Amino acid sequence: MLLETRQLSRTFGGVHAVDRVDLAVAAGQAFGLIGPNGAGKTTLINLISGHLRADGGSVLLDGATVTRLAPHALTVRGIARTFQGVRLFKGLTVFDNVLVGRHARLRSDVVRRLVPRRSRADPDRERAMGLLERVGLRRRAGALAGELAYGDQRRLEIARALASEPRVLILDEPAAGMNPSESGRLRELMRALVAEGITIVLIEHDVGLVMGTCERVAVLNFGRKIAEGSPAEVRASAAVREAYLGAEDVA
Amino acid sequence: MDAIADFLATYSTTFAIVGINALLALSVWLTLYAGQLTLGNAAFMAIGAYTSALLGRHLGAPFPLALAAGAVAAAALAAPLGLTVFRLRGVYLAIATLAFGEVVRVILLATPITGRGQGLNGIPPKTELWHIYLSLAVVAYVLWRVQGSIAGRAWAAIREDEVAAASQGIAVRRYKLAAFVLGALLAAWAGGLSAHVTFSIDPNDFAFTKAVQILVFAVVGGIPNVLGPVLGATVFTALPELLRPFKDYRDIFQGAILLAVIIYLPRGIVTLAELRKTRRLAEIGAADVA
Amino acid sequence: MFEQLYNAIFIGSIYALFAVGFALVFSVLDILNLAHPTVFMLGAFAALFAIATLGLPWWLAVPIAFVATGLFGILLDRIAFAPLRRRGAPPLSAMISSLAVTLAVVRVVELRYGGDFITFPAGTVPSFLIHVGGATLEGVRLAIIGLSIALMLVLTYLVRGTALGREIRALAENPRAARILGIDVERAIAATFFISSGLGGLAGVLLAFAYNSLDSRMGLPLELRAFTVMVVGGMGSLPGAVIGAYLLGLGEVASLVYLPAELRDAFAFGLLFLVLIARPQGLLGQRPADRI
Repeated sequence: MLLETRQLSRTFGGVHAVDRVDLAVAAGQAFGLIGPNGAGKTTLINLISGHLRADGGSVLLDGATVTRLAPHALTVRGIARTFQGVRLFKGLTVFDNVLVGRHARLRSDVVRRLVPRRSRADPDRERAMGLLERVGLRRRAGALAGELAYGDQRRLEIARALASEPRVLILDEPAAGMNPSESGRLRELMRALVAEGITIVLIEHDVGLVMGTCERVAVLNFGRKIAEGSPAEVRASAAVREAYLGAEDVA
Repeated sequence: MDAIADFLATYSTTFAIVGINALLALSVWLTLYAGQLTLGNAAFMAIGAYTSALLGRHLGAPFPLALAAGAVAAAALAAPLGLTVFRLRGVYLAIATLAFGEVVRVILLATPITGRGQGLNGIPPKTELWHIYLSLAVVAYVLWRVQGSIAGRAWAAIREDEVAAASQGIAVRRYKLAAFVLGALLAAWAGGLSAHVTFSIDPNDFAFTKAVQILVFAVVGGIPNVLGPVLGATVFTALPELLRPFKDYRDIFQGAILLAVIIYLPRGIVTLAELRKTRRLAEIGAADVA
Repeated sequence: MFEQLYNAIFIGSIYALFAVGFALVFSVLDILNLAHPTVFMLGAFAALFAIATLGLPWWLAVPIAFVATGLFGILLDRIAFAPLRRRGAPPLSAMISSLAVTLAVVRVVELRYGGDFITFPAGTVPSFLIHVGGATLEGVRLAIIGLSIALMLVLTYLVRGTALGREIRALAENPRAARILGIDVERAIAATFFISSGLGGLAGVLLAFAYNSLDSRMGLPLELRAFTVMVVGGMGSLPGAVIGAYLLGLGEVASLVYLPAELRDAFAFGLLFLVLIARPQGLLGQRPADRI
């Protein structure tokens, strides 16, 4: 198992936002996380990515406990994420956004910078361009990130996350606000990434996208995991149906 | 040539103050660039001024050493302050540095060795114009080069969105601390230079008003590049000299201009050049100081 | 001993009036109004103007100061904060704009009245002494303590029991939801500033009366105290601010035993720093370290 949570919990003033959740994501897997609004999916991701402190339980990466690590330390270890609602560096260019994403893999260049050099053959800059090419934003490299259309911003965020060469890529509702052709392209991108060996954890409301991309799906409701299994198994689960649609009246 | 020499001689104090204010503005610019508001640089300036003056007077320390000691003293105080405060939200830095500034002023007023309210007089005029401008040139050059470096981009990312920056592998607290401590160093260095130009210092030179003025230089000048704070310092130092009859109203003008800039042109005057290129005021205005 | 306790409660009352306004704006708008110290000073000067220039008695000057500074607070919001709110600027910008206002306003007052300490015209404030168990106490301070407590109670009622109070609390909790629920957000904000600045100005008048002294820079030491009070009590918590204010008052008076008078400020800063290190959320605040 590459990424695991064990009995992970977080309370907000008496409300169990995440309630003893166990997850296990295998390397190279595409793992989906779904659940109604307010189920605790994003809170769970915030716990894993170090943005929120857990009240109980643990997070393991490749067998090592990483629960208390700060977000930047987790990125160095190979966990990258995108944010629900997109958090780009709006005042920076598209290119610089991706370059910042590479921060974890770069060594300090302050001293080197003090002497201006001509040579521009910089593997990191080339890699950044390559990522932009991959998500179809190469032509907009010089634009300010804040100027992009919403769908482009989402793709930029993914490119930025990929710049750190993650082992696990967590995507928080990447398809929100996308039209079908855009989400189709997103699905292809995710498939390609999985084929390259990157593990993906996908949170989505677009249940079709999740079922079509992920090998394994977990369902959260009120902070608890109520189902886990293959897409087919989850789709058939009565508990899941109840969570989304409410308990059916027995006539 | 003579005319230039004469000109320099007459206005040498003004040029000196302009240079020192530019250094101070750059010290605040650095932390603003990382999205942090510090109001303590007047206090760090005071620490640099008093430390270097006292070391020179009582221990006969050579000038560069005295300046360096002042800078180190400021950094030594900035570090624990920063470590405490950068764990918390941004507003706490403003609070802590404002409080720090007041307390430094009060301690200076109360301590005998600093001359209390009378301050220190008869500080030898060791600072030459070239000291100031060499410092300024070096600092401006280094900051300009650092801006385009990995650290510079990290600071910009923190300014734009701290939460996202952390997820890119940026150790946010460490970078904020670095900007803050470096800023303190710079302010103290400028303070040391300043003390040896103005011959006398007293605690009220480094009060709240000073801290806000330094902020005015940096914010009004502009955040996008090092030219901004230098420009801001020059304009705001030179203008009162030229408009002597209005000198009393300087603070009022500065306050009004700062208010106008932060509301309508938050990235400062240097963005006016961008404005001509792109004609998109709202955009430049929207990509904010922090 | 009793006298010192009395003074501690008196100064705590002043701090409370001042800090509560500060905390109110912070809790509702999530911004640090760094121009709050100016209303403290303006309150005192408004009273001075009413008494010395308009020849009004002190008991009229006090409500006038309250209203004048309350209105100034609304004006302050209009010019320094509202435009930033409209374009969604970060809190840092609001801090800078309030600093700008402070710089200008303090200077204006200084130019008009000079930089030195001013006293009220003789006989402005009826001075009377109270003799309690061997101690001689200034009567004015007792009146101030009483007035402060009364105002705290009124504020509590306002916030908890009135429609306006509900609107303000809703705004503090969730501005977007408040708007959707039909609350006139701008009106609630204006009311918030009126109350906050009015109380701050009142604190200024009362302190000026008690010490019979005012000057253009009297707000700044209060600012430091207000920070300490807010941090000790918990940022944005009104009851926390009140508790913190009295704690600080007691602490300062007690520390005078050990510290020379000029270093009183150092106590406030020391306490501030200590709380930031040990328990940044203060007494009644929320856990600070969570980021998203």
